[in-house]
Amino acid sequence: MQTTRRHFLSIAGGVAAAGTIPIVTLRPLQATPPMLTTAIRNVVGEAPVRTGRVKLDIPPLVENGNTVPMTVSVASPMTTDDYVKSIHVFNEKNPQPNIGNFYLGPSSGRAQISTRIRLADTQKVVAIARLSDDTFWQITTEIVVTLAACTEEMN
Amino acid sequence: MAALINVPAKGRRGDVIEIRTLTSHIMETGFRHTADGAPVPRDIITSFTCRYNGAEIFRADLFPAIAANPYLSFFTVAKESGKFEFEWTGDNGYSSSASASITVE
Amino acid sequence: MNFWRAIAAAALLATTPALLAGEIPPDARRSGYSFMGPDTRAMQDDDTSNPGMLFVLDGEALWTKKSGSADKACADCHGDARSSMKGVAARYPAFDKALTRPVTLDQRINLCRSNHQQATPLPYESRDLLALSAFVAHQSRGAAITAGDDPQLKPFVEQGRDLFMQREGQLNLACTNCHDDNYNKRLAGAPITQGQPTGYPLYRLEWQTLGSLERRLRSCMTGVRAQAYDYGSPELVALELYLMSRARGLSVETPAVRP
Repeated sequence: MQTTRRHFLSIAGGVAAAGTIPIVTLRPLQATPPMLTTAIRNVVGEAPVRTGRVKLDIPPLVENGNTVPMTVSVASPMTTDDYVKSIHVFNEKNPQPNIGNFYLGPSSGRAQISTRIRLADTQKVVAIARLSDDTFWQITTEIVVTLAACTEEMN
Repeated sequence: MAALINVPAKGRRGDVIEIRTLTSHIMETGFRHTADGAPVPRDIITSFTCRYNGAEIFRADLFPAIAANPYLSFFTVAKESGKFEFEWTGDNGYSSSASASITVE
Repeated sequence: MNFWRAIAAAALLATTPALLAGEIPPDARRSGYSFMGPDTRAMQDDDTSNPGMLFVLDGEALWTKKSGSADKACADCHGDARSSMKGVAARYPAFDKALTRPVTLDQRINLCRSNHQQATPLPYESRDLLALSAFVAHQSRGAAITAGDDPQLKPFVEQGRDLFMQREGQLNLACTNCHDDNYNKRLAGAPITQGQPTGYPLYRLEWQTLGSLERRLRSCMTGVRAQAYDYGSPELVALELYLMSRARGLSVETPAVRP
Protein backbone atom coordinates (compact mmCIF):
# COMPACT_ATOMS: atom_id res chain seq x y z
CA MET A 1 0.00 0.00 0.00
CA GLN A 2 1.25 3.46 -0.81
CA THR A 3 1.55 5.87 2.04
CA THR A 4 -0.83 8.68 1.24
CA ARG A 5 -0.10 12.20 2.37
CA ARG A 6 -3.08 12.04 4.71
CA HIS A 7 -1.75 8.83 6.21
CA PHE A 8 1.72 10.31 6.63
CA LEU A 9 0.31 13.37 8.38
CA SER A 10 -1.63 11.25 10.79
CA ILE A 11 1.53 9.31 11.68
CA ALA A 12 3.45 12.56 12.10
CA GLY A 13 0.64 13.94 14.19
CA GLY A 14 0.77 10.90 16.43
CA VAL A 15 4.43 11.37 17.04
CA ALA A 16 3.95 15.07 17.77
CA ALA A 17 1.16 14.29 20.19
CA ALA A 18 3.29 11.84 22.08
CA GLY A 19 5.96 14.49 22.29
CA THR A 20 8.83 12.08 21.63
CA ILE A 21 10.53 10.67 18.59
CA PRO A 22 10.02 6.90 18.58
CA ILE A 23 13.66 5.95 18.07
CA VAL A 24 13.14 2.44 19.38
CA THR A 25 10.75 1.54 16.60
CA LEU A 26 13.19 2.86 14.02
CA ARG A 27 16.09 0.58 14.87
CA PRO A 28 17.47 -1.41 11.95
CA LEU A 29 15.83 -4.67 11.00
CA GLN A 30 18.80 -6.78 12.16
CA ALA A 31 19.15 -5.05 15.51
CA THR A 32 19.93 -7.30 18.45
CA PRO A 33 17.62 -7.31 21.46
CA PRO A 34 19.02 -5.65 24.59
CA MET A 35 19.72 -8.88 26.52
CA LEU A 36 21.75 -10.32 23.68
CA THR A 37 23.62 -7.03 23.23
CA THR A 38 24.44 -6.90 26.94
CA ALA A 39 25.66 -10.50 26.96
CA ILE A 40 27.92 -9.80 23.99
CA ARG A 41 29.23 -6.56 25.54
CA ASN A 42 30.07 -8.48 28.72
CA VAL A 43 32.50 -10.53 26.64
CA VAL A 44 33.87 -8.06 24.11
CA GLY A 45 33.67 -4.85 26.14
CA GLU A 46 33.80 -1.82 23.87
CA ALA A 47 35.93 -3.53 21.22
CA PRO A 48 34.52 -3.56 17.70
CA VAL A 49 33.26 -6.92 16.46
CA ARG A 50 33.93 -7.57 12.79
CA THR A 51 32.02 -10.01 10.65
CA GLY A 52 34.02 -12.87 9.15
CA ARG A 53 36.54 -15.63 9.87
CA VAL A 54 33.99 -17.54 11.99
CA LYS A 55 31.88 -20.37 10.62
CA LEU A 56 28.78 -21.69 12.38
CA ASP A 57 27.35 -25.05 11.33
CA ILE A 58 23.84 -25.85 12.51
CA PRO A 59 21.37 -27.92 10.46
CA PRO A 60 19.33 -25.41 8.42
CA LEU A 61 16.14 -27.07 9.61
CA VAL A 62 16.38 -28.29 13.17
CA GLU A 63 14.47 -31.52 13.91
CA ASN A 64 14.07 -30.83 17.61
CA GLY A 65 15.05 -27.64 19.41
CA ASN A 66 15.93 -29.56 22.59
CA THR A 67 19.10 -31.05 21.11
CA VAL A 68 20.64 -29.15 18.22
CA PRO A 69 24.11 -30.15 16.97
CA MET A 70 26.36 -27.13 16.50
CA THR A 71 29.93 -26.69 15.26
CA VAL A 72 31.88 -23.42 15.37
CA SER A 73 35.16 -23.11 13.52
CA VAL A 74 37.48 -20.14 13.02
CA ALA A 75 39.91 -19.55 10.18
CA SER A 76 43.21 -19.32 12.07
CA PRO A 77 46.71 -20.78 11.61
CA MET A 78 46.72 -21.66 15.36
CA THR A 79 50.41 -20.81 15.80
CA THR A 80 51.99 -19.43 18.98
CA ASP A 81 51.60 -15.85 17.75
CA ASP A 82 48.33 -16.13 15.82
CA TYR A 83 45.63 -18.24 17.41
CA VAL A 84 42.08 -18.21 18.72
CA LYS A 85 41.81 -17.52 22.45
CA SER A 86 38.14 -18.18 22.86
CA ILE A 87 34.80 -18.79 21.15
CA HIS A 88 31.56 -17.43 22.60
CA VAL A 89 28.11 -18.46 21.43
CA PHE A 90 24.89 -16.54 22.07
CA ASN A 91 21.24 -16.81 21.16
CA GLU A 92 18.44 -14.34 20.78
CA LYS A 93 15.24 -15.88 22.15
CA ASN A 94 16.04 -18.46 24.84
CA PRO A 95 15.33 -17.25 28.38
CA GLN A 96 19.07 -16.52 28.72
CA PRO A 97 21.33 -15.21 25.92
CA ASN A 98 24.48 -17.24 26.70
CA ILE A 99 25.04 -20.69 25.25
CA GLY A 100 28.69 -21.39 26.00
CA ASN A 101 32.24 -20.01 26.24
CA PHE A 102 35.04 -22.18 24.92
CA TYR A 103 38.70 -21.42 25.71
CA LEU A 104 41.37 -22.63 23.30
CA GLY A 105 45.07 -22.00 22.80
CA PRO A 106 47.86 -22.44 20.27
CA SER A 107 48.13 -26.11 21.32
CA SER A 108 44.57 -26.70 20.09
CA GLY A 109 45.90 -27.10 16.56
CA ARG A 110 42.50 -26.42 15.08
CA ALA A 111 40.04 -23.73 16.15
CA GLN A 112 36.89 -25.81 16.10
CA ILE A 113 34.42 -26.93 18.76
CA SER A 114 31.16 -28.89 18.61
CA THR A 115 28.38 -29.30 21.12
CA ARG A 116 24.59 -29.71 21.28
CA ILE A 117 22.40 -26.81 22.22
CA ARG A 118 18.81 -25.92 23.04
CA LEU A 119 16.91 -23.45 20.90
CA ALA A 120 13.49 -22.51 22.23
CA ASP A 121 12.32 -21.09 18.91
CA THR A 122 13.37 -20.02 15.44
CA GLN A 123 16.01 -17.42 16.17
CA LYS A 124 19.44 -15.92 15.58
CA VAL A 125 22.56 -17.58 16.92
CA VAL A 126 25.73 -15.48 17.20
CA ALA A 127 29.24 -16.94 17.45
CA ILE A 128 32.13 -14.62 18.34
CA ALA A 129 35.84 -15.48 18.33
CA ARG A 130 38.52 -13.65 20.26
CA LEU A 131 41.88 -13.91 18.54
CA SER A 132 45.33 -13.66 20.13
CA ASP A 133 45.59 -10.02 19.01
CA ASP A 134 42.37 -9.34 20.96
CA THR A 135 40.30 -8.62 17.87
CA PHE A 136 36.76 -10.01 17.78
CA TRP A 137 35.10 -11.69 14.79
CA GLN A 138 31.56 -12.88 14.49
CA ILE A 139 28.94 -14.66 12.46
CA THR A 140 25.18 -14.50 12.89
CA THR A 141 22.93 -17.25 11.58
CA GLU A 142 19.16 -17.52 11.56
CA ILE A 143 18.09 -21.00 12.65
CA VAL A 144 14.65 -22.40 11.85
CA VAL A 145 13.34 -24.67 14.60
CA THR A 146 10.43 -26.86 13.60
CA LEU A 147 8.17 -27.91 16.42
CA ALA A 148 7.50 -31.62 16.65
CA ALA A 149 3.91 -32.51 15.85
CA CYS A 150 3.32 -34.82 18.79
CA THR A 151 5.19 -33.44 21.75
CA GLU A 152 4.71 -34.75 25.22
CA GLU A 153 3.29 -32.44 27.81
CA MET A 154 5.85 -31.72 30.48
CA ASN A 155 5.54 -34.21 33.26
CA MET B 1 26.59 -42.18 35.79
CA ALA B 2 28.60 -42.83 32.73
CA ALA B 3 30.83 -40.75 30.49
CA LEU B 4 31.93 -41.57 26.97
CA ILE B 5 35.37 -40.38 25.90
CA ASN B 6 36.78 -40.67 22.41
CA VAL B 7 40.51 -40.04 22.16
CA PRO B 8 42.63 -41.81 19.54
CA ALA B 9 44.72 -44.49 21.26
CA LYS B 10 47.71 -43.67 19.07
CA GLY B 11 48.97 -40.63 17.23
CA ARG B 12 52.04 -39.23 15.55
CA ARG B 13 53.80 -36.27 17.13
CA GLY B 14 52.34 -33.08 15.71
CA ASP B 15 49.04 -34.64 14.61
CA VAL B 16 45.96 -32.56 15.30
CA ILE B 17 43.57 -34.95 17.07
CA GLU B 18 39.89 -34.66 17.90
CA ILE B 19 38.67 -35.33 21.42
CA ARG B 20 34.99 -36.06 21.99
CA THR B 21 33.28 -36.29 25.36
CA LEU B 22 29.73 -37.12 26.35
CA THR B 23 28.57 -37.24 29.94
CA SER B 24 25.32 -38.02 31.77
CA HIS B 25 23.61 -34.94 33.18
CA ILE B 26 20.02 -33.66 33.02
CA MET B 27 21.05 -30.00 32.53
CA GLU B 28 17.86 -28.74 34.20
CA THR B 29 17.51 -25.16 32.97
CA GLY B 30 15.87 -23.56 36.01
CA PHE B 31 13.30 -22.04 33.65
CA ARG B 32 10.79 -24.90 33.83
CA HIS B 33 7.85 -25.43 36.14
CA THR B 34 6.11 -28.55 37.41
CA ALA B 35 2.46 -29.23 36.59
CA ASP B 36 1.58 -27.53 39.90
CA GLY B 37 3.45 -24.39 38.86
CA ALA B 38 6.40 -24.82 41.20
CA PRO B 39 9.71 -23.78 39.61
CA VAL B 40 12.18 -26.62 38.96
CA PRO B 41 15.52 -25.38 40.33
CA ARG B 42 18.48 -25.06 37.99
CA ASP B 43 20.85 -28.04 37.99
CA ILE B 44 23.48 -27.82 35.28
CA ILE B 45 27.13 -28.48 34.61
CA THR B 46 28.75 -25.05 34.56
CA SER B 47 32.33 -25.90 33.69
CA PHE B 48 34.35 -28.46 31.76
CA THR B 49 38.13 -28.75 31.73
CA CYS B 50 40.53 -30.97 29.81
CA ARG B 51 44.13 -31.37 30.91
CA TYR B 52 46.86 -33.06 28.88
CA ASN B 53 49.63 -34.39 31.14
CA GLY B 54 48.57 -31.83 33.75
CA ALA B 55 48.38 -28.76 31.50
CA GLU B 56 44.96 -27.28 30.67
CA ILE B 57 44.34 -27.48 26.92
CA PHE B 58 40.62 -26.74 26.77
CA ARG B 59 37.97 -25.27 29.03
CA ALA B 60 34.30 -24.43 28.59
CA ASP B 61 31.66 -22.49 30.52
CA LEU B 62 28.26 -24.11 30.00
CA PHE B 63 24.87 -22.45 30.34
CA PRO B 64 21.29 -23.82 30.49
CA ALA B 65 21.19 -23.66 26.66
CA ILE B 66 23.51 -26.66 26.49
CA ALA B 67 21.43 -29.80 25.85
CA ALA B 68 21.07 -32.60 28.42
CA ASN B 69 23.94 -35.12 28.51
CA PRO B 70 26.49 -32.52 27.36
CA TYR B 71 28.54 -33.38 24.30
CA LEU B 72 31.79 -31.55 23.56
CA SER B 73 34.27 -32.00 20.76
CA PHE B 74 37.53 -30.07 20.43
CA PHE B 75 41.05 -30.49 19.08
CA THR B 76 44.60 -30.62 20.34
CA VAL B 77 48.07 -31.29 18.99
CA ALA B 78 49.48 -34.70 19.97
CA LYS B 79 52.75 -33.78 21.69
CA GLU B 80 53.72 -36.69 23.86
CA SER B 81 52.37 -39.95 25.25
CA GLY B 82 50.35 -39.55 28.39
CA LYS B 83 47.01 -38.90 29.87
CA PHE B 84 44.03 -36.67 29.22
CA GLU B 85 42.00 -35.80 32.28
CA PHE B 86 38.45 -34.50 31.99
CA GLU B 87 36.51 -32.77 34.71
CA TRP B 88 32.91 -31.57 34.83
CA THR B 89 31.69 -29.36 37.68
CA GLY B 90 28.31 -27.79 38.27
CA ASP B 91 25.41 -26.80 40.50
CA ASN B 92 24.83 -28.43 43.89
CA GLY B 93 28.50 -29.35 44.20
CA TYR B 94 28.41 -31.59 41.13
CA SER B 95 31.76 -32.97 40.08
CA SER B 96 32.76 -35.89 37.90
CA SER B 97 35.89 -36.88 36.07
CA ALA B 98 37.25 -39.28 33.50
CA SER B 99 40.56 -39.94 31.80
CA ALA B 100 41.99 -41.44 28.63
CA SER B 101 45.52 -42.19 27.51
CA ILE B 102 47.33 -41.75 24.23
CA THR B 103 50.55 -43.14 22.82
CA VAL B 104 52.43 -40.62 20.67
CA GLU B 105 55.16 -41.87 18.37
CA MET C 1 -9.08 -55.76 -20.39
CA ASN C 2 -9.67 -59.12 -18.84
CA PHE C 3 -6.00 -59.85 -19.33
CA TRP C 4 -4.95 -56.78 -17.31
CA ARG C 5 -7.48 -57.50 -14.64
CA ALA C 6 -6.04 -60.99 -14.33
CA ILE C 7 -2.52 -59.59 -13.94
CA ALA C 8 -3.71 -57.15 -11.34
CA ALA C 9 -5.43 -59.91 -9.41
CA ALA C 10 -2.36 -62.11 -9.66
CA ALA C 11 -0.14 -59.29 -8.42
CA LEU C 12 -2.42 -58.76 -5.45
CA LEU C 13 -2.38 -62.44 -4.62
CA ALA C 14 1.38 -62.53 -4.92
CA THR C 15 2.09 -59.62 -2.63
CA THR C 16 -0.61 -59.78 -0.02
CA PRO C 17 -1.16 -63.32 1.20
CA ALA C 18 -0.15 -62.64 4.82
CA LEU C 19 -1.10 -58.99 4.84
CA LEU C 20 -4.34 -57.51 5.99
CA ALA C 21 -5.80 -54.41 4.39
CA GLY C 22 -3.78 -51.27 5.04
CA GLU C 23 -0.67 -53.04 6.28
CA ILE C 24 2.79 -52.21 4.99
CA PRO C 25 4.35 -55.01 2.89
CA PRO C 26 7.70 -56.33 4.21
CA ASP C 27 9.82 -54.78 1.46
CA ALA C 28 8.34 -51.34 2.12
CA ARG C 29 8.99 -51.41 5.87
CA ARG C 30 11.36 -48.66 6.96
CA SER C 31 12.93 -47.81 10.26
CA GLY C 32 12.32 -44.34 11.66
CA TYR C 33 16.04 -43.84 11.05
CA SER C 34 15.38 -43.42 7.32
CA PHE C 35 13.05 -40.48 8.03
CA MET C 36 15.65 -38.52 10.00
CA GLY C 37 18.02 -35.79 8.89
CA PRO C 38 21.76 -36.46 8.46
CA ASP C 39 22.71 -34.86 11.78
CA THR C 40 20.41 -37.02 13.87
CA ARG C 41 21.56 -40.10 11.94
CA ALA C 42 25.17 -39.21 12.65
CA MET C 43 24.33 -38.92 16.35
CA GLN C 44 22.97 -42.48 16.36
CA ASP C 45 25.70 -43.96 14.16
CA ASP C 46 28.69 -43.07 16.30
CA ASP C 47 28.65 -44.83 19.66
CA THR C 48 30.75 -42.12 21.28
CA SER C 49 28.28 -39.41 20.24
CA ASN C 50 25.09 -41.44 20.82
CA PRO C 51 23.73 -40.33 24.22
CA GLY C 52 21.78 -43.61 24.46
CA MET C 53 25.14 -45.35 24.93
CA LEU C 54 25.48 -43.62 28.33
CA PHE C 55 22.50 -45.71 29.46
CA VAL C 56 23.93 -48.87 27.90
CA LEU C 57 27.10 -48.30 29.96
CA ASP C 58 25.01 -47.85 33.11
CA GLY C 59 23.14 -51.06 32.26
CA GLU C 60 26.41 -52.92 31.80
CA ALA C 61 27.41 -51.92 35.35
CA LEU C 62 24.00 -52.97 36.71
CA TRP C 63 24.24 -56.35 34.94
CA THR C 64 27.07 -57.44 37.24
CA LYS C 65 25.79 -55.71 40.39
CA LYS C 66 24.30 -57.97 43.04
CA SER C 67 20.76 -57.04 43.98
CA GLY C 68 17.91 -58.21 46.23
CA SER C 69 17.89 -60.61 49.19
CA ALA C 70 19.15 -63.46 46.96
CA ASP C 71 22.30 -61.35 46.55
CA LYS C 72 22.53 -62.26 42.88
CA ALA C 73 23.44 -60.25 39.83
CA CYS C 74 21.97 -60.78 36.36
CA ALA C 75 25.40 -62.07 35.36
CA ASP C 76 25.33 -64.77 38.06
CA CYS C 77 22.65 -66.62 36.08
CA HIS C 78 23.08 -65.26 32.56
CA GLY C 79 26.86 -64.86 32.39
CA ASP C 80 28.26 -62.67 29.65
CA ALA C 81 25.36 -60.75 28.15
CA ARG C 82 27.26 -60.43 24.89
CA SER C 83 26.49 -64.07 24.17
CA SER C 84 23.55 -64.91 26.48
CA MET C 85 21.43 -61.88 25.52
CA LYS C 86 22.32 -61.82 21.84
CA GLY C 87 19.12 -61.76 19.77
CA VAL C 88 16.84 -61.89 22.82
CA ALA C 89 15.30 -58.41 22.43
CA ALA C 90 14.46 -59.19 18.78
CA ARG C 91 11.98 -61.80 20.10
CA TYR C 92 10.28 -59.60 22.73
CA PRO C 93 7.52 -59.27 23.88
CA ALA C 94 7.65 -63.05 24.39
CA PHE C 95 5.14 -65.56 25.72
CA ASP C 96 5.51 -66.40 29.41
CA LYS C 97 4.25 -69.90 30.15
CA ALA C 98 3.61 -69.31 33.84
CA LEU C 99 1.63 -66.13 33.23
CA THR C 100 0.09 -67.46 29.96
CA ARG C 101 0.50 -64.05 28.35
CA PRO C 102 3.22 -62.02 26.60
CA VAL C 103 5.68 -60.03 28.68
CA THR C 104 7.85 -57.12 27.54
CA LEU C 105 11.60 -57.00 28.07
CA ASP C 106 11.05 -54.53 30.93
CA GLN C 107 8.59 -56.95 32.53
CA ARG C 108 10.99 -59.88 32.01
CA ILE C 109 13.72 -57.94 33.83
CA ASN C 110 11.35 -57.25 36.71
CA LEU C 111 10.15 -60.89 36.77
CA CYS C 112 13.79 -61.91 37.08
CA ARG C 113 14.21 -59.42 39.88
CA SER C 114 11.24 -60.71 41.89
CA ASN C 115 11.62 -64.44 41.11
CA HIS C 116 15.38 -64.90 41.10
CA GLN C 117 16.95 -61.92 42.84
CA GLN C 118 14.19 -61.40 45.42
CA ALA C 119 14.47 -57.72 44.64
CA THR C 120 11.77 -55.08 44.30
CA PRO C 121 10.67 -54.41 40.72
CA LEU C 122 12.17 -51.31 39.10
CA PRO C 123 9.57 -48.64 38.29
CA TYR C 124 8.67 -48.13 34.62
CA GLU C 125 10.84 -45.43 32.98
CA SER C 126 13.24 -45.44 35.93
CA ARG C 127 16.85 -44.91 34.93
CA ASP C 128 17.90 -48.36 36.13
CA LEU C 129 15.16 -50.21 34.25
CA LEU C 130 15.85 -48.25 31.05
CA ALA C 131 19.58 -48.83 31.45
CA LEU C 132 19.22 -52.60 31.93
CA SER C 133 16.72 -52.84 29.12
CA ALA C 134 18.99 -50.80 26.81
CA PHE C 135 22.00 -52.92 27.71
CA VAL C 136 20.12 -56.16 27.02
CA ALA C 137 18.54 -54.90 23.79
CA HIS C 138 21.88 -53.50 22.62
CA GLN C 139 23.20 -57.07 22.48
CA SER C 140 20.67 -57.66 19.66
CA ARG C 141 21.76 -54.66 17.59
CA GLY C 142 21.65 -55.71 13.94
CA ALA C 143 19.49 -58.79 14.62
CA ALA C 144 16.30 -59.13 12.57
CA ILE C 145 13.10 -58.68 14.55
CA THR C 146 11.10 -61.92 14.87
CA ALA C 147 8.76 -61.06 17.77
CA GLY C 148 5.30 -62.54 17.45
CA ASP C 149 6.38 -65.68 15.57
CA ASP C 150 5.47 -67.91 18.53
CA PRO C 151 2.00 -69.36 17.71
CA GLN C 152 0.95 -68.98 21.36
CA LEU C 153 1.14 -65.21 20.84
CA LYS C 154 -1.35 -65.15 17.97
CA PRO C 155 -4.41 -63.93 19.92
CA PHE C 156 -2.30 -61.20 21.56
CA VAL C 157 -0.88 -60.01 18.23
CA GLU C 158 -4.45 -59.82 16.98
CA GLN C 159 -5.53 -57.87 20.04
CA GLY C 160 -2.66 -55.43 19.42
CA ARG C 161 -3.60 -55.13 15.77
CA ASP C 162 -7.21 -54.35 16.69
CA LEU C 163 -6.00 -51.62 19.04
CA PHE C 164 -3.74 -50.24 16.28
CA MET C 165 -6.71 -50.05 13.91
CA GLN C 166 -9.18 -48.67 16.44
CA ARG C 167 -9.99 -44.96 16.36
CA GLU C 168 -9.68 -43.28 19.72
CA GLY C 169 -9.53 -39.96 21.51
CA GLN C 170 -11.13 -36.59 20.80
CA LEU C 171 -9.28 -36.47 17.47
CA ASN C 172 -10.80 -39.85 16.64
CA LEU C 173 -7.61 -41.19 15.08
CA ALA C 174 -6.23 -44.70 14.98
CA CYS C 175 -2.50 -45.46 14.87
CA THR C 176 -3.05 -46.82 11.34
CA ASN C 177 -4.43 -43.50 10.08
CA CYS C 178 -0.99 -41.91 10.42
CA HIS C 179 1.48 -44.79 10.40
CA ASP C 180 0.01 -47.04 7.66
CA ASP C 181 -1.94 -44.57 5.54
CA ASN C 182 0.12 -41.39 5.70
CA TYR C 183 3.75 -42.17 6.40
CA ASN C 184 6.19 -40.12 4.32
CA LYS C 185 3.91 -37.10 4.63
CA ARG C 186 4.52 -34.37 7.15
CA LEU C 187 2.64 -33.25 10.22
CA ALA C 188 3.49 -29.73 11.41
CA GLY C 189 6.91 -29.91 9.75
CA ALA C 190 7.85 -33.31 11.17
CA PRO C 191 7.87 -36.41 8.98
CA ILE C 192 5.26 -39.06 9.75
CA THR C 193 7.08 -42.37 10.13
CA GLN C 194 5.78 -45.91 9.89
CA GLY C 195 6.04 -46.21 13.67
CA GLN C 196 8.45 -49.14 13.52
CA PRO C 197 9.78 -49.83 17.05
CA THR C 198 13.28 -50.83 15.96
CA GLY C 199 15.44 -49.00 18.48
CA TYR C 200 13.78 -49.04 21.90
CA PRO C 201 14.55 -48.04 24.48
CA LEU C 202 15.74 -45.04 22.49
CA TYR C 203 17.12 -41.57 23.03
CA ARG C 204 14.57 -39.00 21.96
CA LEU C 205 15.91 -35.49 21.41
CA GLU C 206 12.56 -34.15 22.57
CA TRP C 207 12.76 -36.10 25.85
CA GLN C 208 16.52 -35.47 26.20
CA THR C 209 16.68 -38.89 27.76
CA LEU C 210 16.13 -42.56 27.00
CA GLY C 211 12.54 -43.79 26.98
CA SER C 212 10.54 -46.94 26.36
CA LEU C 213 8.16 -47.80 23.53
CA GLU C 214 5.36 -47.62 26.09
CA ARG C 215 6.28 -44.01 26.85
CA ARG C 216 6.16 -43.25 23.13
CA LEU C 217 2.79 -45.00 22.72
CA ARG C 218 1.36 -43.16 25.69
CA SER C 219 2.53 -39.86 24.27
CA CYS C 220 0.83 -40.67 20.92
CA MET C 221 -2.38 -41.45 22.79
CA THR C 222 -2.21 -38.18 24.67
CA GLY C 223 -1.56 -36.55 21.29
CA VAL C 224 -4.88 -37.75 19.88
CA ARG C 225 -6.53 -36.69 23.17
CA ALA C 226 -7.20 -40.23 24.32
CA GLN C 227 -6.77 -41.62 27.82
CA ALA C 228 -3.40 -43.42 27.67
CA TYR C 229 -3.25 -47.01 28.91
CA ASP C 230 -1.19 -47.59 32.04
CA TYR C 231 2.42 -48.78 31.83
CA GLY C 232 2.46 -52.56 31.70
CA SER C 233 -1.26 -52.84 30.92
CA PRO C 234 -2.33 -55.76 28.70
CA GLU C 235 -3.33 -53.25 26.00
CA LEU C 236 0.11 -51.60 25.82
CA VAL C 237 1.84 -54.98 25.83
CA ALA C 238 -0.43 -56.19 23.01
CA LEU C 239 0.26 -53.02 21.01
CA GLU C 240 3.99 -53.38 21.57
CA LEU C 241 3.78 -57.01 20.44
CA TYR C 242 1.79 -56.13 17.31
CA LEU C 243 4.20 -53.31 16.47
CA MET C 244 7.20 -55.61 16.83
CA SER C 245 5.54 -58.28 14.67
CA ARG C 246 4.69 -55.54 12.16
CA ALA C 247 8.41 -54.66 12.06
CA ARG C 248 9.35 -58.28 11.31
CA GLY C 249 12.66 -58.45 9.47
CA LEU C 250 13.85 -54.95 10.35
CA SER C 251 17.05 -54.71 12.40
CA VAL C 252 17.25 -53.88 16.09
CA GLU C 253 19.03 -50.51 16.50
CA THR C 254 19.03 -50.06 20.28
CA PRO C 255 19.85 -47.49 21.43
CA ALA C 256 18.37 -45.53 18.52
CA VAL C 257 18.26 -41.73 18.43
CA ARG C 258 15.06 -40.04 17.24
CA PRO C 259 13.96 -36.39 17.04
